[in-house]
Amino acid sequence: MAEIILKNVTKEYENGFQAVKNINLEIKDNEFVILVGPSGCGKSTTLRMIAGLEDISDGDLYLDGKRINDVSPQDRDIAMVFQNYALYPHMTVYQNIAYSLKIKKVPKDEIDKRVKDVAASLGLENLLDRRPGQLSGGQKQRVAMGRAIIRHPKAFLMDEPLSNLDAKLRGQMRVEIADLYRRLNTTFIYVTHDQTEAMTLGTKIVVMKDGEIMQIDNPTNLFNYPNNKFVAGFIGTPTMNFFEGEIEEKGDGLILKTRDGFIPLTAEKAAKVREGGWVGKKVTAGIRPEHVELSDQDSAAFRGEVSVFELLGSNAIIYTQCQDDRIIMNTDQTQYQEHGKEIFLKVKEAKLHLFDPETERTITN
Amino acid sequence: MSAKRKYKRRYDSLPTVLLFVLPALIPLIVFWIYPILRTIYLSFTNWDYISPTYKLVGIKNYLSLFRNPRFYEALWHTLVFTAGTLFPTIILGLVLALLLVKNFRGSGILKFIIFSPWITPTVAISIVWSWIYKTDGGIANTILTSLGMSPLKWIASSDTAMLSVIIVTIWKSLGYAMIFYLSALEKVPGELYEAGALDGAHGWRQFVDITLPSISPTTFFLTIITMVNSLQAYDQIQVLTQGGPSGSTRTLLYMYYQLGFNEFNMGQATAVAVVMILLTVGLSLIQFKVSEKWVYY
Repeated sequence: MAEIILKNVTKEYENGFQAVKNINLEIKDNEFVILVGPSGCGKSTTLRMIAGLEDISDGDLYLDGKRINDVSPQDRDIAMVFQNYALYPHMTVYQNIAYSLKIKKVPKDEIDKRVKDVAASLGLENLLDRRPGQLSGGQKQRVAMGRAIIRHPKAFLMDEPLSNLDAKLRGQMRVEIADLYRRLNTTFIYVTHDQTEAMTLGTKIVVMKDGEIMQIDNPTNLFNYPNNKFVAGFIGTPTMNFFEGEIEEKGDGLILKTRDGFIPLTAEKAAKVREGGWVGKKVTAGIRPEHVELSDQDSAAFRGEVSVFELLGSNAIIYTQCQDDRIIMNTDQTQYQEHGKEIFLKVKEAKLHLFDPETERTITN
Repeated sequence: MSAKRKYKRRYDSLPTVLLFVLPALIPLIVFWIYPILRTIYLSFTNWDYISPTYKLVGIKNYLSLFRNPRFYEALWHTLVFTAGTLFPTIILGLVLALLLVKNFRGSGILKFIIFSPWITPTVAISIVWSWIYKTDGGIANTILTSLGMSPLKWIASSDTAMLSVIIVTIWKSLGYAMIFYLSALEKVPGELYEAGALDGAHGWRQFVDITLPSISPTTFFLTIITMVNSLQAYDQIQVLTQGGPSGSTRTLLYMYYQLGFNEFNMGQATAVAVVMILLTVGLSLIQFKVSEKWVYY
């Protein structure tokens, strides 16, 4: 159990490249924090700085109130699961799991008991004599977790632990990690570029881009109330539709004028738009595919031709090519549309997001 | 598919298979398999290397060889020379690789200098070393005396001749071992060291528990290659000592040369060669067997 605080932490390499730029992050005891973002956003570097595998160029790192910038990795009492598992190939599963205890000169009986307990909890009892080369990806992953668990660390760090597994196994292991978190009841910090993993596992998600934190929030808020266009686009599958429009007065209210039609703004959104002085100005709008619907010509915001109909089982994705934009709609399987057919689309007004086209900050969610 | 048809298909493809295999097989047969078989055959004859005729003499050559103290002396010298070159080459090659694995200013040139003896003909190297080993005015003795030590006779004394030849051989093969170790060390995944750092493995512990096992296939490869090279060492012995003084550097291969080409007893010489083949195969088999315990792929 641990509380980890990063204060104005920066990582700058010798060539001047800043991988992490002045980030502040507070990780409370027992939280499952996910660092998520595209490749090169600095999430792994941040994790490695917490682990002690990378020096911190500037700023402070605290573990339970103690500054640990200069504390060596093994003295931080933190365990890490690596992307490629990093199992010692010449050691058996047993030896891999027991290694850290052996170095600490823990008595053999205790090592044996702890290894067997951990192996039992991860379903590795029958594999203890095998070498990593004889294990499947999922089994290796479990051994890597076993090696971390046995130390009873204050915090678990996981660097894209599922990225080497196939889709089905990834799903299974995700559930196992969630279960492990519940059982161990300790702090988890997990790096991934997969937003599904982020949304399903995390109690707190940190979205990063270009070494900076874009937003820190729980999964629901991140999905419903993104701080900016990047977060809105990064979280959610299929990705959010973005299109340009202009705010205009219509009657008592405001509308977002699109190329093919308009979207009325709810009173709440209209108030925020007026407050920000956006009336008469161009904005970037965003709508999630599940909030797009088929409509008639009169109430349509978009008109376009169906380019792809993708059946995914219970639901289906319709890609519609409009004049300037491609609008994605997530609907149910009964809404089959033929390729090339002209269709009209409207959006759920309450779910519309508006962004500043220059700064990409959210105007209203 | 029936067994007969399967067999027929295999039989049909034989010319095609031969077509692909022959280019490799012909040189192998001409330069390796046939000479070995011929050597084994000659070891049962009394051929003197010059006469066009010879007789089969059964195992007479082997019997007289095994009764000859010179043979056991040469066998012992071979084992001493092999062990004396093998372990230092492996250990020093690894030490050099560990020192040079991190690139620094001039490390490339240093690597090249250490590797260069490997690509220089052994005869040339040995001639230079024969100057170094000169009792009067040789560099080796100049260094010893400047360090306040008494000079040695090096290749001129039966006490130090073997050591001298071993030093030259180590010096020659060191760079080769280093290059292989450099490549092996670079391939050890960084994540293993990081996992080790989190587990608390540092310094010597890290070296023993992570580095050494990770490069064990290279160590095994170098052990076999260095051993075979040592068993086949000839040039340096020929140039530096000619097997002397008083037979102190006569290895089995050198004994073979002396028997065959100085004493014109090709029958016994080839018997020595057969013993060498068996020795090489035997040592290699032992290494392969033992390697199962310490080599991790």
